[in-house]
Amino acid sequence: MQHTNTQDTLVGLFVAAGIAGLFFLSMQVSNLSSFTEHDSYTITARFENSGGLKVKSPVSAAGVKIGQVTGIRFDPKTYQSVVSLSIDVQYNNLPEDTTASIFTAGLLGEQYVSLEPGGSDDYLKNGGNIEITQSAIILEKAIGQFLFKSAEEKAEGKKK
Amino acid sequence: MMIKFLQLLGKSTRASFTKLGRASFFLIQIVSGIASVLPRPRLLLKQMYSVGVLSFLIITISGLFVGMVLGLQGYYTLSDFGAEETLGVMVAASLVRELGPVVSALLFAGRAGSALTAEIGLMKATEQLSGMEMMAVDPIKRIISPRFLAGLLSMPLLAALFSAVGIIGGQLVGSGLLGVDEGAYWSQMQANIDFQDDIINGVLKSLVFGFVTSWIALFEGYDSIPTSEGVSRATTRTVVNSAFSILGLDFILTALMFGDD
Repeated sequence: MQHTNTQDTLVGLFVAAGIAGLFFLSMQVSNLSSFTEHDSYTITARFENSGGLKVKSPVSAAGVKIGQVTGIRFDPKTYQSVVSLSIDVQYNNLPEDTTASIFTAGLLGEQYVSLEPGGSDDYLKNGGNIEITQSAIILEKAIGQFLFKSAEEKAEGKKK
Repeated sequence: MMIKFLQLLGKSTRASFTKLGRASFFLIQIVSGIASVLPRPRLLLKQMYSVGVLSFLIITISGLFVGMVLGLQGYYTLSDFGAEETLGVMVAASLVRELGPVVSALLFAGRAGSALTAEIGLMKATEQLSGMEMMAVDPIKRIISPRFLAGLLSMPLLAALFSAVGIIGGQLVGSGLLGVDEGAYWSQMQANIDFQDDIINGVLKSLVFGFVTSWIALFEGYDSIPTSEGVSRATTRTVVNSAFSILGLDFILTALMFGDD
């Protein structure tokens, strides 16, 4: 009887350790604890170019993550990229004239949407639209322009 | 000569198909036997001990070392690109998606699967199984099904432990030894590992592996030639076939789960 009792305890310990491992993986390792979708509202923003933005990219205001991108589609009428942003419901006081920009975290990091609140007294509601946007900076374009410009300057310098 | 070759080919094909048939029939018997295990949890508990608890140590220690190696190798490669901060993502993603389920299943096949085959094979060789049948005790319900269920339940737990310990090992090496920022290690991980896509799929993978490994181990034991040589061959076949099916299935599952991203 003693023997089976220790066995029971060990099996219990094993199962508890396994479940603790699963719990650790879901809480500490994955994004389960950081964001849940059901207590959020959705707004849309139209960009000329959304660059490398992806679904699930973070949305931040003043550097703090307040939501995530839930959808990106191309509007064939205006030729713009329509990005749906899901914002945590506790941040429901974003002014209507908030601007949205797409930035890159670090030089090679992932892209995210940054919201800068304006000064309006009316707040963005579920289904609202951000009017003022700034497109993603395409690195290749910027480098191309820089090279082109410096080559031009050199050529002008030679002429003089 | 040609005829002989064709005969040989036909014979081996037929043999492998009949074996597959026997294995499938055996699986149906096992699964229908599970219902009679549930009212007797003591049978299951005993097998959980020998299949799960006794594999605990090898799984955690291997997990720790695999995680530490990942941390080390990942750091060397990532620091070339100045991206050491993403070490956590790399370690966690490779462990949770691939290495956790696969390596723990391979270890499980070697540690627990071979033991199951040898045990069942010896029971058959010493005619314990036919003895049970004589006493009107169904050996499938009494011996096989509890072991199958124990393997199926233990595998996801062991894989989760493997991944969890590995991630901690990667953190020990990464931020303890090599100086990756600890906060960045965890926060980058949390930002990039998805619960549904990564964790749940990893658990599903390990469930599939547990199912297949236990099935192969029990079938090889049950189907073995009841001599000492037959049992030793069956044990070898268990490990080889399990390894093949785990790696092959892993490819298929990965293609299905992470394909459309």
